[in-house]
Amino acid sequence: MKRLIKSGALALFLSTSLAGVAPAQEPVKIGLVSTMSGPGGVMGRHHKDGAELALEQLGGKLGGVPAEIIVGDDQQKPDIGRQVVEGMLKRDKVKFVTGVVFSNVLLAIVDPIVSAGSILVSASGGPSEIAGAKCMRQFFSTSWQNDQAPEAMGEYMTSQGIKSVAILAPNMVAGKDMLTGFKRYYKGKVAAEIYTNFTQADYQSEMTQIRMAKPDAVFVFYPGGLGIQFVKQYAQSGLQKQIPLYSVYTQNETTIGAIGGAVAGNYEAGFWSAGLMNPVNAAFVEAFRKKYGYLPSEYAAASYDAIRLIDSGMRATGGNVDNNDALIAAMEKAEFDSVRGKFKFNTNHFPVQDYYLFRLEKNDKGEYYRKQEKLILAQHGDSYAKSCQMK
Amino acid sequence: MALLFFEQILNGVQFGVMLFLIAAGLTLVFGIMNLINIAHGVLYMIGAYICASVIQVTGSFWQGVVVAILGTLVVGIFVEVLVFRRLYHRTHLDQVLATFGVTMFFNELVRMIWGPTAIYAPMPEFLSGFVEIIPGSPFPVYRLAIIAAGLCAGAALYVVITYTRLGMLIRAGASNRAMIDALGVNIKLLYTVVFGIGAALAGFAGLMAGPLLTVESGMGNDMLILALVVITIGGVGSIRGALFASLLIGIIDAMGRSFLRPLLSTITPQTFADTAAPAIASMLIYLTMALVLIFRPQGLFPPVVR
Amino acid sequence: MTAVFFRSQHSKAILAILLALAVAPVIAHLFDDVFYVGLLTRVLIFAIAAVSLDLIVGYGGMLSLGHAVYIGVGAYSVGILSFYGIDNGFIHFATAVAASALMALLIGASSVRTSGIHFIMISLAFGQMFYYLAVSVNTFGGDDGLRIGRSSDFGPFGDLSDPVVLYYVCFVVLILVLFALHQLVQSPFGMTLRGIRSNEPRMISIGVSPFRYRLTGFVISGMICGVAGALLANQNLFISPASMHWSRSGEIMIMTILGGMGSLSGGVLGAAVYVGLEYFLSRLTEHWQVIMGPIIVILILYANRGVFGMLSALKRASR
Repeated sequence: MKRLIKSGALALFLSTSLAGVAPAQEPVKIGLVSTMSGPGGVMGRHHKDGAELALEQLGGKLGGVPAEIIVGDDQQKPDIGRQVVEGMLKRDKVKFVTGVVFSNVLLAIVDPIVSAGSILVSASGGPSEIAGAKCMRQFFSTSWQNDQAPEAMGEYMTSQGIKSVAILAPNMVAGKDMLTGFKRYYKGKVAAEIYTNFTQADYQSEMTQIRMAKPDAVFVFYPGGLGIQFVKQYAQSGLQKQIPLYSVYTQNETTIGAIGGAVAGNYEAGFWSAGLMNPVNAAFVEAFRKKYGYLPSEYAAASYDAIRLIDSGMRATGGNVDNNDALIAAMEKAEFDSVRGKFKFNTNHFPVQDYYLFRLEKNDKGEYYRKQEKLILAQHGDSYAKSCQMK
Repeated sequence: MALLFFEQILNGVQFGVMLFLIAAGLTLVFGIMNLINIAHGVLYMIGAYICASVIQVTGSFWQGVVVAILGTLVVGIFVEVLVFRRLYHRTHLDQVLATFGVTMFFNELVRMIWGPTAIYAPMPEFLSGFVEIIPGSPFPVYRLAIIAAGLCAGAALYVVITYTRLGMLIRAGASNRAMIDALGVNIKLLYTVVFGIGAALAGFAGLMAGPLLTVESGMGNDMLILALVVITIGGVGSIRGALFASLLIGIIDAMGRSFLRPLLSTITPQTFADTAAPAIASMLIYLTMALVLIFRPQGLFPPVVR
Repeated sequence: MTAVFFRSQHSKAILAILLALAVAPVIAHLFDDVFYVGLLTRVLIFAIAAVSLDLIVGYGGMLSLGHAVYIGVGAYSVGILSFYGIDNGFIHFATAVAASALMALLIGASSVRTSGIHFIMISLAFGQMFYYLAVSVNTFGGDDGLRIGRSSDFGPFGDLSDPVVLYYVCFVVLILVLFALHQLVQSPFGMTLRGIRSNEPRMISIGVSPFRYRLTGFVISGMICGVAGALLANQNLFISPASMHWSRSGEIMIMTILGGMGSLSGGVLGAAVYVGLEYFLSRLTEHWQVIMGPIIVILILYANRGVFGMLSALKRASR
């Protein structure tokens, strides 16, 4: 018994003295809260895989400090998302939260994160509500502000002299934002503006309405399963041959596989695709494909960049996460190589990035992908940043 | 303008028939075994998944159809023996909740097996293409095929129920369960057979819908709610009611989506009409059901029960 | 009447649970684990909802699959008032109660004449209609939801911003609701309601109007859910239409059943079990639904007189 106490005391003494010699590094924790279950779960999977690849490539360290990613499932419910985030903040003491597919979850979790002194780096959701007057220092986005892509598409279609367009989107806030963003830059005639029920699966009735409107082109925003259905049915209705289809957030790596040949010849505008031609991206796509066996989407790319952004911030502060001012200032510089090419933050911490036109074509493996066609808007910021008063 | 009207009616009919394929199995099971089966939607989903997978492997649509129907049948019967049998004598509420649990299970299982990404459901070559039923408006052949398939399924059901011995037992069981039990008919087997028919119908609906819609986990959820609405309006247990109600819902839906907005914009500003119209259109179906339930709760064509 | 409660077979277990809930925040504080206060607050809020649902399901025989709407109405009352700068807690809660009562009155008046599956479907229909309505109204966030700037302010009594304060407010509300409903079901009104559920023709023959009693019960239940919603809005400082989806109504129904229909206080246990499972299972695996599904099935098949029912059945079997 005496020996036990003696050895215990010795161990205690040694460990505390060693602790004085080499400060034990508290691993920095990152909470990844995304939709991991249910139909939206594919994007959560991309978030997780992108983030974990980034951390692995950085040797499990961010800014030289060992880091850990804790994954949580928001079940696509804002109140569950909030509960999960609160657990991560209070119990796991996460310094950063990333992921977040859906805007309603994002809006539910941003306040507790900010109150706890942590930083939210969104890899998807980008509602206008926090892009303008209500912008927040402790929020960063490595993905997009919702309106940016449709603005680019509006710009492109105007520059191509497309005189009239039929535009469609689901009847949700995001859908309305998309079409508003499009109309902000498109100077032609909107032949029809159709909002569909967001649980609707069959678009035959809308096909008829499009044909009646006789537009020169069709522009849509239909995320996820909605897009798969719409694009397939658009081709099946025979309209695709007569009226070209343009979209945003509709035809991407999470949906192209399921749409199949119906994508051929369609266009999409975005800041990234797996086919974006720059060396950083080529390396990313190859590493991702090798590790996980499927092509990454912009959700994975943004999540990958989010981790690398955090790393860049922490490198600048020497691994110190306690001084928010220094950390945020470092992150604002965005000194990392983004997979999308040139990247910098706007005053509201949303990205200023290049927007491209992509065309859906087959690659040499016979798979459909988004081929980079041309640059539409270089270093395009969002329309809400001017209302943001953040210094 | 008249042509547009007819075209939208046709669109509505086609959507209605697709709904009927799903609702038919649901109302059969509900009417005969008094079982509300929320899990009907997962049988629809499984049919779509199996067919799509088989076609991707073998390239043959017909093989896909056969394997999918058989597969759905097997899964359906398996779950019937394991779970549903114990629910026949329980309250509707217990049935709703238990089948809700079954739905959760299969939605996740499918995700685990096929992955979270939606899968590709190829359309058979011989059914792609268009016909101009209404001049100037190409209508996809595949959708005509769905209308044909749905009507055939309805006709086949009618024939089975009216002219065969099995049909007679089914009708007798719907009218007076205790009596046929007393007459020595194997109720358990009868119920399993009926459930199998319902499951096969659901699987068939799923595999037909696959090329048109998204084949992903949870694809049956929204369809199921619509099917429930259909059978409530049509009258539980009535195939005829299900057909009529499906067509009604399909047409109301198509009309609402296409004409409500222009109608509304004549009296309200365009921007209001743009967002109010789809909101109202989405509520129309539920409104119809609520009205039917208030004024004729037994449905429009309730089966005769002695 | 309270004597009846104390003689009931589950009373000891319920008292134990309530006692545990009463001291939970203190324990959490001792272990410096404040997160659980939030989780248990959610349990309390849904317990209030489940208990109120049991009034109409267990005692009134009305199977409502649209009750999440009343939670939504209560929560949006707080949210919308806050949106317009009104932070007064008394106004918040009064509005929540009034709005949900009105909603329940309108929906109930159309539905309570039906029963069984028809009642389920009509409550589902109204639930969905209101859900789509909430999604479409952009002013209050639409499907993105509405952030609530401040919690309800009760002036000299303070506000609900402190999680522990909110917890105890929810706890007191739950106790009050339990007490009130227990009294109600033993009262002449409650007896009549139960009589209507057991044998409606008989009740009609003695001159009772089932419609009036059912509607009253339905409105009371809706009002209590409205209070639960207002508390939920205070906890999350956020509300979105997702909270009103029919699947949420299904979840509350499961909590009610888990606790044992007709036991009223069993809803507390049901809420605790469901909220607990929802949180801890999903931390375990992203495939939690493949486990949760069969759990629900097994519970419905074998424990549908609630967990207590299952326990007493086991007790009887072991004798």
